[in-house]
Amino acid sequence: MDNREATIKRFSDLLRDNRNRIEKNSAGLLNSFREEAIKQFAELGLPDRKNESYKYTNLEPWFNANYKSYFVPEAADFRAAENFKCEVTDLDSYNLVLLNGFPPRYNGIMAGLPEGIWVGSLTEAAERYPGIVEKHYGKYAHNGKDGLIPLNTALASDGVFVYMEKGITLHKPIQIINLVHSDGDMFVQHRNLIIVEDNAELPIIVCDHALSPQKFLTNAVTEVYVGENAHFDILRVQNEHNNAAKLTHTFIHQEKSSHAVSNNITLHGGLVRNSTYHRLNGEGAECNAFGLYFTDRWQHVDNFVSIDHASPNCISNQLFKGVLDDYATGAFNGRILVNKGAQKTLAYQKNNTILLTDDAKMDSKPQLEIYADDVKCSHGATIGQLDEDALFYLRSRGIDKNEARLMLMFGFAREVIDNIHTEALRERIDELVLKRLRGELSRCTTCTINCDK
Amino acid sequence: MLQIVNLKVEIEGKEILKGISLNVKKGEIHAIMGPNGSGKSTLASVLAGKDFGDITEGKITYMGKNLLEMAAEDRSKEGIFLGFQYPTEIPGVSMVNFMKTALNEHRKYRGLEPLSSSDFLKLMREKKDLVKIESGLTNRSVNEGFSGGEKKRNEIFQMAILEPKLAILDETDSGLDIDALRIVANGVNQLKTPENATIVITHYQRLLDYIIPDVVHVLYDGKIVKTGGKELAVELEKKGYDWIKKDVDIVSYG
Ligand SMILES: Nc1ncnc2c1ncn2[C@@H]1O[C@H](COP(=O)(O)OP(=O)(O)OP(=O)(O)O)[C@@H](O)[C@H]1O
Ligand SMILES: [Mg+2]
Repeated sequence: MDNREATIKRFSDLLRDNRNRIEKNSAGLLNSFREEAIKQFAELGLPDRKNESYKYTNLEPWFNANYKSYFVPEAADFRAAENFKCEVTDLDSYNLVLLNGFPPRYNGIMAGLPEGIWVGSLTEAAERYPGIVEKHYGKYAHNGKDGLIPLNTALASDGVFVYMEKGITLHKPIQIINLVHSDGDMFVQHRNLIIVEDNAELPIIVCDHALSPQKFLTNAVTEVYVGENAHFDILRVQNEHNNAAKLTHTFIHQEKSSHAVSNNITLHGGLVRNSTYHRLNGEGAECNAFGLYFTDRWQHVDNFVSIDHASPNCISNQLFKGVLDDYATGAFNGRILVNKGAQKTLAYQKNNTILLTDDAKMDSKPQLEIYADDVKCSHGATIGQLDEDALFYLRSRGIDKNEARLMLMFGFAREVIDNIHTEALRERIDELVLKRLRGELSRCTTCTINCDK
Repeated sequence: MLQIVNLKVEIEGKEILKGISLNVKKGEIHAIMGPNGSGKSTLASVLAGKDFGDITEGKITYMGKNLLEMAAEDRSKEGIFLGFQYPTEIPGVSMVNFMKTALNEHRKYRGLEPLSSSDFLKLMREKKDLVKIESGLTNRSVNEGFSGGEKKRNEIFQMAILEPKLAILDETDSGLDIDALRIVANGVNQLKTPENATIVITHYQRLLDYIIPDVVHVLYDGKIVKTGGKELAVELEKKGYDWIKKDVDIVSYG
């Protein structure tokens, strides 16, 4: 049996052996997808480097490791998630902690949230509001050629569910804190669903970080529905250690005249792969997909973006920037698909990377598929070094070399950070990025919260 | 203050400076003139500490120290300031942050406490008035999208904040309208004390009407081929460089 088949068998067995436990802890709706999903996974397998969109990322060593535990929920997980105490520092937000992929189960009642908003466990929501969840669950995450999606559908038992009623606006963000913490190596999967009904407005911050030094692999799928004229903003801040792999798949489905912003800020992590999909499904929808990545040592960050212009008069904009140090590697793959009927599309894409050493390596690939004729599209990628002239200019004013380099890197990152419109949050990200560049980032400074431990 | 002795610099195997000697004393203003490509900016960059090319021969002493052994940032903190011929645009780095960092580095070097934000902003306002720089410019990224003239004014503004002992102004006058030229000259004159010195690199006599040089040098083909008083600048303005080139070429080929 080759590797590919062995992996497929391992995960199929895992479902078979633990099906009872997984299903008992999940909702009927989620369970009804598992059989089909595991079949699809068996067909697709893990995406390998022959897969065009995983060409630069090797997942195999992460999947063929022996984890001590696999996403099978223990009662204790939920209790731990509930009891995990975090203190908000300077950022005013509603916090929800997921421990090893499990949200606290408190019937979606989060203290202080305005009416018309439900935040909590997807499994609980599927049981209490089957109509709503059924309408959206599994509708936006399409497998494509990516076996990681059905793998998640087959095995994840819970995740976050957020529901915003029509016309409700939330100005204070909801902060989802994904913690992994375990005394053995662990494979984590969770599944999130976010629904923003017509004319509603929802800002979300997601913080990914690893609290213990064990090896972690996380495969998380998030589906988002953004209704007509609704606004959705998701900012993800990733700070995991070198022994952690984070694979995120975010599918954002946008209806007419909606606005959505996704921003992936990767500060640290052994392997990070973010796939971000925006489907501009209704006329006049707009999206911004941003990203910022910093890597050093042997880290690898891969951002895959897919913008699907399915309707006319939509605007999309991709901006990804990063700084790679040491032997680190990075990849960016930005797809723009303009369907036949999507006339008057505006689509922009930009990817700039700075390599600090000769050994760091970046692959950047635009992928434009345009089937409409009245379309404005632009894309550009640069991979270069720090600007020597600028460095000399700063030094000639008395700023030492290290500080000057730092200022240039920070200046380079500004373009992405400046797109964060909430001032308090922007300042917080500024601080984190500066700390990252100074090499002062500790595990617990990652989130906008400080944890007890 | 500054002694350059027989300085030779090669860039990519080509000798650009071919043995330059220059002596600048406290309180003096030196003008360096010379045709395009003669090596004026190269000399200025070497003084400011840009690592490019090879210094194959020569010595530079600044205030008793071996300048060539000092890093660019230390030269700045020791009082050398280069007004760039082509100031660099640095997107994402704000003027305020840039100048505040620079000034506080200078202060730290002198054992002073960093300036508070409010004191710094006060100082900025003062210096902005001195060089009549648009208020908006200092809220932007360093030189980004500045017009040619605005970039030059920004150089003088930075000079006003850092108060150097030895200012080297590389064609700070080119691209300036008459009013701006006066402002720049005025800025230079106001910063002048018996303790500091200025080297102005220029193509035009015009600037020297406002900043009166004590000594004028002509740099040609990597060498200082003529040195004189301020009347030399007037003569160059009238006759151009051909007569000097001829003299020199006759000497070198003859
Ligand atoms: N980095 C470099 N690589 C190769 N040649 C260079 C480099 N820098 C300068 N030179 C060459 O050195 C010579 C002197 O250039 P420099 O800029 O010092 O002249 P300049 O006197 O300042 O001219 P201008 O009046 O046009 O400003 C020119 O021939 C130039 O092409
Ligand atoms: Mg020059």
